This record gives sequence, structure tokens and C-alpha cells, in this order.
Amino acid sequence: MQFHRIYGLFLRHFYLIRSSFPRILDLVYWPTIQIILWGFISKFFTMHSEFYNNTAGIILSAAILYDFLFRSSISFNMLFLEEIWSRNFTNLFIAPLKVNEIVIALTATALIRTLIGIVPAVLLASPFFGVSLLDLGPALILLLLSLYAFGITLGLFVVSGLLRYGPAFENVAWSSLFLLAPLGCIYYPLSILPDWLQVIAKGLPLVYIFEEVRSILLNNVVNYSNIMLALVLNFIYFLLSIFVFYKAFDEARNRGTLINVGE
Amino acid sequence: MSAIEINNLNKKYKRTSAVKNINFKISKGKTIGLLGPNGCGKSTTLGMILGLIKPTSGSVLINGENIENNRTNLLEKMNFISPYIELPKKLTVEENLKVYGKLYGVKNLKNKISELMEVLNLTEFGNRKTGELSSGQKNRVSLAKALINDPEILLLDEPTASLDPDVGDYVRGIIEKFASKNNSTILLASHNMNEVERLCDEVLMMKNGEIIDQGKSNNLISKHGRKNLEEVFLKIVRS
Repeated sequence: MQFHRIYGLFLRHFYLIRSSFPRILDLVYWPTIQIILWGFISKFFTMHSEFYNNTAGIILSAAILYDFLFRSSISFNMLFLEEIWSRNFTNLFIAPLKVNEIVIALTATALIRTLIGIVPAVLLASPFFGVSLLDLGPALILLLLSLYAFGITLGLFVVSGLLRYGPAFENVAWSSLFLLAPLGCIYYPLSILPDWLQVIAKGLPLVYIFEEVRSILLNNVVNYSNIMLALVLNFIYFLLSIFVFYKAFDEARNRGTLINVGE
Repeated sequence: MSAIEINNLNKKYKRTSAVKNINFKISKGKTIGLLGPNGCGKSTTLGMILGLIKPTSGSVLINGENIENNRTNLLEKMNFISPYIELPKKLTVEENLKVYGKLYGVKNLKNKISELMEVLNLTEFGNRKTGELSSGQKNRVSLAKALINDPEILLLDEPTASLDPDVGDYVRGIIEKFASKNNSTILLASHNMNEVERLCDEVLMMKNGEIIDQGKSNNLISKHGRKNLEEVFLKIVRS
């Protein structure tokens, strides 16, 4: 693995973001709108719901964390889609890049894109709605790590689909996280789901992450076994996504789709 | 040892055979033309040499090493240009060259970029976004990217397609100079017979996924009893 190659791929996306003010605005705009909307919803529920009446901003905290997950996954997908849209795909794949260098470069760049979007929104949440993610305490670091890992994992699955099926897979890239959101129990407890769906939901790290967020904010209790379980599940899914990515890359070479990919 | 050695190379897509059992060797420093009608397997062959397409059977050896076994290291010594692929349009010319310089691990990158921009008459466009350039200027930027790592092996897929005769001639001149200065090996796929006659030491003729003839341009012209390479091409394609 060579740092200069990872840095080169990072630079490609850094220059792209830097080159366009609308692009930066777009990164910041949606998370901010999302947080303002959920801020008011959260305020309403806090005033009128028995479940939430002891703790302000559970919904808003969940919304911020979900947006962090959403942005990390979409950012990863976007970096890959940019190459397809700009017809630069083949140039990259004939450069001496290893698959693990691509994954590392895109993971680092996606983090920066995510932070550009989410940090202003998080900063707004405190003065406007009195909600701070720091209320989650030291566990916040592990929760963010877990969410980011899941976002990247999902991104890797989608990118594998783009490699395997080409630009036609783009719609899945946009909708992938919406499919999992109902099962992630982001805004409601696991017990709301029917029994059979609970079984499926328990296979997702999201459930443990958001159950834990509610547990910390409502009861002030940190259950590290839940957090560890989420991290272990994430690790397993991440390994699986790497395997799928390698397979997709191999299959794309078999099918000859790495050459002349573009819209 | 040959710079490129192709042994019994085949590529099948489901029921279609894109490349059928081709064999050839290219010695270091030679420029070889790859000619053939659309869909004859030229791009698939180039794709397999670059490791972008996995052969169904056979092998591609670059400097004696199988591309399938050591793809990343071998690609450091190679580069490619095609009118069907582009550089990111939103990046400036200099940014694009810097990105690819980093990807190829080019030493003294700043000097290399300045040198290429001067040779390719791009200095005044360094801060312009690549997407804002004319097709001739974009082609020169792509060529700069293809030369950024001083490739030992350069694969060119219709490098002057869609260029006006003046720019096309200019680009051919650059390729000629680069090849003689660096003793690089070049495989040139083209439909421009004058270009092939001017640049190439030898020619490979492909049809229906097979190499059906090969040799020096003059020898092929006399062997087929024609006036020039274009007539040879037409005879072979229509037979």
C-alpha cells in the first residue's frame, strides 16, 4: 500500500469539492434543513409525549446521528458516481491503484464530506434547540465510529453493485439507506416492530446503536455490551462488503465493464 | 525479452468470442499499429493488456511478467489514452496532472508538470477547468496525463480521433518525439492509415477477433499488391 496513491485519489475529490461553492453549499444545506425540521418535531414531542417528557431532544439526537450515517454512506457512493459521471472511471482503473488503496482513499474522503455537512448542523442544534450530542458522553465516540463503519459498509455494497451492473445501479445508490431505515429503529424502540421483523432488525448494528442512544439519554445508563455488539456486527458486515467489492471488481474485469464506463 | 508478449489470448463474452487465440510480441522501443474494423477486438485486446479485462485463457506478459499476477506494479510503467475516456472536467489542467502524478508516484512532479505543459502548449491553460477546453486542448491534456509517468509502454486507442488535421499532426509529432526520446514501446490502435504508416514500425491486422496479417507497412502493401495501407485495410476487411 502506498500513501502517495491514497493521497492522489483524495486530492482528486478535494479539488472537486473546493472548486465549487454550490457543491459545498449542497453538502451543508440538507443536513441543516434536516436538523431544523427534526428540531421542531423533537420540541413538539418533548412537550406532548409522555415517553419523551424527561429528556429533551432524543429524536433530534437520533436524527443527527442518522444523518451522519446517511451522509457517510451517500458520500462514499457519490465519490464513485463522480468517476462514472465524469467518464474518468477507466483512467483510475488503469492507474496503479490497489483495491485497498481505493477503499481507504474513499473512506477518508467520505469522512471529510460527511463532516463538512454535519458539523454546521450539529453546531446549530445546541443554540436553537438546546440539544448537544456531547450529552451522550464518551460512548458517543464508539457510536459515531459504529455508524460511520456501517455507512461505509453500505457504500461498499452499493459501489460493488455499480461495478457489477454499471450506471444503471445508480438509483439503488440513492435509496439504499431508506430501505434499512425502518428496520434500524432510529426513532422508535425495537419493541414497536412485529416479532418477525424484530428478528431481522436484530441482525443490524443500527438497532443496538439507536437503542443505546435512547437508553443513555432516557436512563443515563451506558450498556457497553450493546455498543460492542454493534461494533462486532459492523466488523462482520465490513469484511463481507470488502469481499463483495473484490468479487464485483473481478466480475467487472470478467465482463469487460471497466473499460468505457460512463453515462 | 519482449516489452509485450501475448500468448494464445482469448476473450469470450457468453456466446461471443471477442478475441480468438491471438499471439504477438513487441520488442522494447518499437511502435506497433493495431488495425481492424470496428468491433474486431482491438479495444478488448488493449483492455486485456492493461489488466482491465480478464482473459478467458492465454496470457499477457509485460516485461516477462504476467499482468494478472502483478497488475499494480506493471501499471506503474504503462499508460493509456483513448477518446472514449476523459479527465475530470471540473478540475483544472494542473490539478488533473497533479492527481495523476501522485497516483503514478512521479518524482519531482512540479517540474514534470511544467515540462509537459510546455511541450504540449498547455502552459496558458494550467488554471483553466479541463471541461472548458476545446476538444483539441482536452486531447493534449489527456496526452499529458498519459505521459506523466514517462511510460515504458504506452497504449494509444485512436489518439487523434476527432481532431482537426493540424492538431492531429501536432499530436503525432509529440508521440514520435516521446517514443524516440524515451525508447518507449507503443501499441497504437487507429483507423487513420497515414498515422499508422508514419508512426509504426510494424502493423497487426485484426478481423473478427483474430490477427489475420502482420508485418511492416511496405511489406504488407507489396504483399497485397496495393498502393497504400488504406487499400490493404479495405481489401482485408471486405474479403
